[in-house]
This record gives sequence, C-alpha cells and structure tokens, in this order.
Amino acid sequence: MSAFSDSGLWTTLANASLYQSTLREATPLSLAAVGAVISERSGVVNIAMEGMMLTGAFFAVFADVHLHNAALGLVAAMAAGGIMAGIHGYSAVWLRANQIVSGMAINLLALGLTSYLAFSVYGTNGPPVPCVPPVPCSGNQVRTIPDWSIPGLNGIPGIGKVFFQQNPIFYLMLVLVILIQIFLFRTTLGLRVRAAGEHPRAADTAGIHVLRLRFLSVLPSGILSGLAGGYLALAISGTFSDNMTSGRGFIALAAMIFGKWNPFGAFGACLLFGFGQALYDNLQNTTGPLQDYSTLVATLPYVLTIVALAGFIGKAVPPAADGIPYDPASNA
Amino acid sequence: MSLNGSGGWANGVPSIEARELVKRFGTFVANDHVSLQAYAGKVLAVVGENGAGKSTLMNMLSGLLQPDDGEIRLNGRPVRFKSPRDGIEAGIGMVHQHFMLIPPLTVAENVVLGHEPSKGFFDRPAAERKVAELSEAFGLKLDPRHRVQSLSVGLQQRVEILKILYWGSEILIFDEPTAVLTPQETRELFVVLRGLSQQGKTIIFITHKLKEVMEISDHITVLRAGKVVGQLETASTSAQEIASKMIGRDVLPEVHKEPPSFGELALVVRALSIQSDLETMAVRNIDLEIRAGEILGIAGVEGNGQSELVDTLIGLRPASSGTVELRGKSLLVGSSGLKTAPARIREAGVACVPEDRRERGLVLQYTVADNLILGMQDDALFSQAGVLNRGKIRAWAQTLVKQFDVRPRRSDVPVGTLSGGNQQKVVLAREFSENPDLLIAAQPTRGLDIGAAQFVHERLVEKRDTGTAILLVSAELDEIFALSDRIAVIYEGQIMGVFPASSVNEEEVGLLMTGGSTHAAEQSIDLSAPALTQGT
Repeated sequence: MSAFSDSGLWTTLANASLYQSTLREATPLSLAAVGAVISERSGVVNIAMEGMMLTGAFFAVFADVHLHNAALGLVAAMAAGGIMAGIHGYSAVWLRANQIVSGMAINLLALGLTSYLAFSVYGTNGPPVPCVPPVPCSGNQVRTIPDWSIPGLNGIPGIGKVFFQQNPIFYLMLVLVILIQIFLFRTTLGLRVRAAGEHPRAADTAGIHVLRLRFLSVLPSGILSGLAGGYLALAISGTFSDNMTSGRGFIALAAMIFGKWNPFGAFGACLLFGFGQALYDNLQNTTGPLQDYSTLVATLPYVLTIVALAGFIGKAVPPAADGIPYDPASNA
Repeated sequence: MSLNGSGGWANGVPSIEARELVKRFGTFVANDHVSLQAYAGKVLAVVGENGAGKSTLMNMLSGLLQPDDGEIRLNGRPVRFKSPRDGIEAGIGMVHQHFMLIPPLTVAENVVLGHEPSKGFFDRPAAERKVAELSEAFGLKLDPRHRVQSLSVGLQQRVEILKILYWGSEILIFDEPTAVLTPQETRELFVVLRGLSQQGKTIIFITHKLKEVMEISDHITVLRAGKVVGQLETASTSAQEIASKMIGRDVLPEVHKEPPSFGELALVVRALSIQSDLETMAVRNIDLEIRAGEILGIAGVEGNGQSELVDTLIGLRPASSGTVELRGKSLLVGSSGLKTAPARIREAGVACVPEDRRERGLVLQYTVADNLILGMQDDALFSQAGVLNRGKIRAWAQTLVKQFDVRPRRSDVPVGTLSGGNQQKVVLAREFSENPDLLIAAQPTRGLDIGAAQFVHERLVEKRDTGTAILLVSAELDEIFALSDRIAVIYEGQIMGVFPASSVNEEEVGLLMTGGSTHAAEQSIDLSAPALTQGT
C-alpha cells in the first residue's frame, strides 16, 4: 500500500467530491431499484429496468427539446418508462409470459427503438446539446435540470457539498425510497402487494384481485426507471446517446437483490455501487499508477457484493412466487 | 334434481345448494352434473376417493373456479360467483387442503388480508385486537403477532379458520381438514366444528376418512368419478355403506395374504448408525434382516429415524458406522463417508417408493411416460446412444398404465395433473418394473383413499409373493399389521424389538412405538423372542 500512499488514492478518498458524485451515481440506480422492488414484491420479475431507463432517457430529451421544458421532459420520461412497463406487465401478468423473456425483449426493443428514433430525429444534425444558462437557449437545445445549492447548508465543511449541492431529483429519490418503504410495510395495499408475491392463490382466496394488483405494481417500476433515464439525460449528460444507460438498469437489478427486495436495502446497495462508479471516475482524473488500475479498483464494490451474496449476509430470498405467472383458473 | 332428495329433517331451504354443476378441464370432466344441499346448523360430509371431484366442487362453491354449467343457490336464490371475492361477499369461507396462508406474514396479517382495518395506513393494532377477540370467542387460541411460518400445522389451520370467521362467513367449507392433523388436533378441530354448527353455521366437511364422517356429520353426499352416487343421512347409514358407494364395491377389510415363503437372506443390516441433519444420532446401532419373499414392517412414530434409515439404504445419506449388505454384496462403500451413489444402489437391486412422492418420487411436470422411465432412461430398451426412443417409451408406458390401473389411462399427460392415488400408482409401476431384490416402501399409502390404498397393499403383497424382500415403513399401525410378516418397532433411532406379526397386537406395538413402559416392552419381547428365532 505504501507504494500508493502518494499516488492519489488517499487524496481521492478524502475529497468531498468523491462522495458528492457517489450520491449522483446512486440516484438513478436507486430510482430503478426501489421501483423494481414493488414489481418483484408483487411477484413480477423485472429485468427490464435497463430498457425502461433508456427509453425514458430518449423521450426526456425529445420532449424537453420540443416543448422547451425540462419538467415536461421528465414527465415524458416517466410516461415512456410506464408504457414499457405496461407492455411487460401485460405480457407477464395477463398473458402469463415468461417474465425473463419478456423483460429481455423490452431491453432489446428499447435499445433498438431509441437508436432508431435518435438517428431518425437527430441523425443529420447530431444529437441536441445542453443549453448552458447564461446564454439564451436556442430551439433544439436541451434544457437541463441544474443542481440545487441549498444556501446556508451547502457551506458546511465536508458534508455541505455532499448533501446540499445535489440535483432536485436526488432529493425526490430520497423521499421516494422512504415512501416506498412505508407503502410496502405500513399500508394495506402494500400488505396485499406482498401477499400477491408470496402466495397469489392465498391472496386470491382472500378476495384480492391478484392480476390487477400485479399489473399495477409493474407500472411504478417503469415510471421510476423512466425517471432515472430522464435524470441521466437532463441532469447528468444533457443529451441523448445510444445505449447511454450502459448497464445501470442491470446494476439496479443487482442492487435490488443485494438489498433483499427491500427499499432501504436496495438503496444501501445503490450507494455502494454508486461509490464504485464514483471512485472509478475520480481515479481516472488522477495521475500516477492508480489511474491504470482505476478500472480494477472500481470493481471492488461488485467483488464485495459477490462475496457478500455468496454467504456473508445470508441468502437473498426472493418473494416466494416471484417470477411465477398466476393463473386464477387453474385447478392447482 | 329437487330439494326433496335430501331427506326427512331437511325440509327447510338449503343455505347453499349446487344444482347440476359441470366442470371440465380440457377433455376431463371433473364434475358431471353434481348436486348437493347443505343446511344451517348441520354438518354435511362430502366424501369420495381422491380425484372424485370433491375439491373441484368446493372450489366452485367458493368462487375460485367457475362452473361450465349448472347453478349455485344461496338460501334458494341463484348466485353467480366470478371470483373468490364474490364467494366471500356471499358469506362462503373455505379452509383449503393446502393452506392459503402467507408464511412470512403474521397471524393477524393473514387473517385480515383483503379486508384490512385501515386508517389510510394498515391499522395493525386494530387487526391484532380483532384477531385476538375472534380467537377468544371461538376457542382458537393463537397469538396474532406470531409469524405463520413459525406455527405448527395444527395452529396454521386455526389461522385459516379464523380467517373465514373474520370474513363473517356463514357457510364454512373444510377441504380435508384432518389430513394434516394429529389425532389430538383432530379432536380439537371437531370440538370447534360442533361449536360452530351449534351457532347455526353451515358446515361442509370434505374427507375420505369414514370414521370422521360417522363422528361429525349429519348428512353425507358421496361422489365417485365426478358424479354424486349417494345422499345419505349419517344416523341411518354405516361406514360400510358409504365405503361401498365411494369405491363402487364393498370394502375388502383385509388384504388377502398367503403365509410367506421365506427365501434366502436379502438385506442384512448390522450395527448401523446414521446422523441426522442436526448432527444428532438419528439411527443408533440397529440390526435388521429381511428375507426374500418377506415384508418387514418398521413401525414407529414419524421422526424416530425411519426417514434417515431409508435415505441411507438408497444412497442419499452416509452412514456413520455399520454395514449394509444385499445378497452378500455391501451397499456401504466409498471414500467419503459410508455411502454409495443412488444409481449404484439401484443397479444392485434396490427400488424405493419414497415417502414424499411429489418431492422425490416424481417430476410433476413430466408426463406419465417420462416418469415411468426415470432412472432407466439409459437402458437399451428406451434409448440408443443417448437418444430417447419415444415409440418404445410410449408402448412401455401404456402397458404399465394399464397394468397399474392409472387413471386417466394416458401416458402423455403431466403426472402432476393426476390425483394422489394415481401418482402413487405411477411410482409403484416404475419401481416394480425394475424387478428389485429389495423394495423399500415408505409411507406408501399416505394421503391415498381407500381404493388406492387397497390397490397399493395388494400390489405389495403380490410383489412379496414373487420373492422380493420388502421393507415397509409406515406410521399407520393398520397398514403395518395388514402387510407385515414381521414387525420391527423403532423408537428414537433404536429397534425396540422384532416380532412375527402374528405374535403381537397393535397395543403392544403402540406402546413400544412411544417408548412404552419398559416392563410391558420386556414382556412382549420375552413372549415373542422364541417365535422370532423360529421365523428367521
């Protein structure tokens, strides 16, 4: 380790911006992961967050540019994610399709569709670019969603920059994580969602409309994944590029499992994965030997996850009926 | 069908009535114009063999399934249930055979699910209070805060009953409620049922245990092969009459059995000890011998080492010490523990009808044909160079299906769609077809109705008569005595004694099974020891 002592690792680790970008990275992951918790708790496996996120990202930019309004861009992102979730929900719940296959189809569909649309809309002029506030925005620029700096608090040494200079969507995400935790474990509807995911027939015989409940539970997953895509497009990159989600939907999936299908747990896992990404980004900007190893260092959180899942935190047990289509008319 | 068919006291309007209900699954007619009536304050028993259509009928009455034809009437008014919600609304509650409970949730959560007390949020204290009140009122003691997964089966059933009482159900359907209960729990359940009946609830009780029918019911509807074959009043009928209607012929109370003709020693177990999953000793230093052409019954309360013993004999669990020989060849060899691969053991001539046929005996999603060749798929008869010969497999399966009277008489349906009795016939057919030297039959008639159980018993005796050594493990003393030539009693992993079946009675064995008073045990051992020596 001493060889690395002056190599920038400690400086990097001591720098508040590492933690600021950890939260930045964790935001889209958390949105997708806690959304998926609802879907999976109801018994519908959702591996399509990647596709839903990507679709959200494209439509965020598209709506933003055409309507000259970032908030409407986010609404479009959520709607697009919601529609993708609707497709997944329809095939998985009502048609009793294999949920992995349906999810994978959504991912492939989203990748192809957004590339195609991006090329046909922006192909000749190139993708829209972010509009930087002091200069008046032109028609085909992306209105981005700027960070909030919370006056008074952002000056607190160390944590000020980390917690109080963040994007509004970050704060929204925090609220959503808490609300979804409360929803699942403190409301009657949440109780029913969990029942549908554990033993749908028992829920059915107790008078719960399992299919409708499951379908409705898939939607928030798409909406929040769409929002995550909108965040990436409008708050981080300010544009759309092909496959710009680059696997974040799958990382969110892993985080959800690591978090044991629990919103708080999933959020915690997203912080860990976000830290990995932030560390990688920060080390990239250092000089010296660590830059060469930055990719390797950045895999550390994932390695830890595998180690942890392999036995240190106990088995991650999914809801008992997760992924199993429910057929009310069968005689089982 | 009119109301008049159901008998003298039932002059009132039935609280629930099925008229000519029909339900088909594909081409299979599960219910064929089935009618029944049940009355407030009375217990109706619906009896029939496995696969007679009892559960299908009840699922229609409770709204879980929709009839293809026919009508359901509540207090004389026709109703139509599109889902269980409608059934619950109409006051029908069902305690399912496989509990409709969600293990990770608490008792209170399970009971109120779907009808939760709520002040926007789930009102847990109110739910727990209501459940506590209900359990008090109906004498069903339970802690509302316990998780269902931590409860015994008997207590889980209480949760089910509380649930339908919480719904305010007036018509209570119990689908084989005693199948999973101990005799003690069954008695408690009957007390509860009588109480509910006295309060004016209509009770429909599904079972194939005739003793229970006679004990608890007021009137009886008998189903056979999807049709109603009898409507009887309990006071004026007998178990014999019900049984003959159920299986369409008179019960043969005993399996016809010639005296055994013992062959040479088949299985020899010496000083065998086996560890349980909890690393305690499940089987301690036991000796057993079975001759060809003999049925040795191991009597014992479940959990006294029988399962571990069977596992070791078929190669699923290593022994700690001891020897096991089949026709002089050791079955316990190996470098890692005293264990031989199950495939080797099969080759050596051991077949097994496992305790849990759904878990271990069958691949439920596979067809009957595929299940019939499981383990034999590499046999030259069924495959060449790893490619299955479908034609030969089908022909083979059809023969066995006919020979073992598997119904429906088809080998191309998933075995999971068959009734329990027919599933067991498939297991039996496969294991018998290997012509084993030793056949292990663990709880071979568990959950089967009389007809199927009798079929299994007859086949086991037939197999014995062809010179197979049979190790029968059963918790049912009736079964032990019906089949065994010799009886070994196991208690806490030890063999308490081995007796010729004719030299002991059920009471003596029952005493030994429960660890009995040593005096009586010694006496019965003393009495039978000479006979044993002669027998072997």
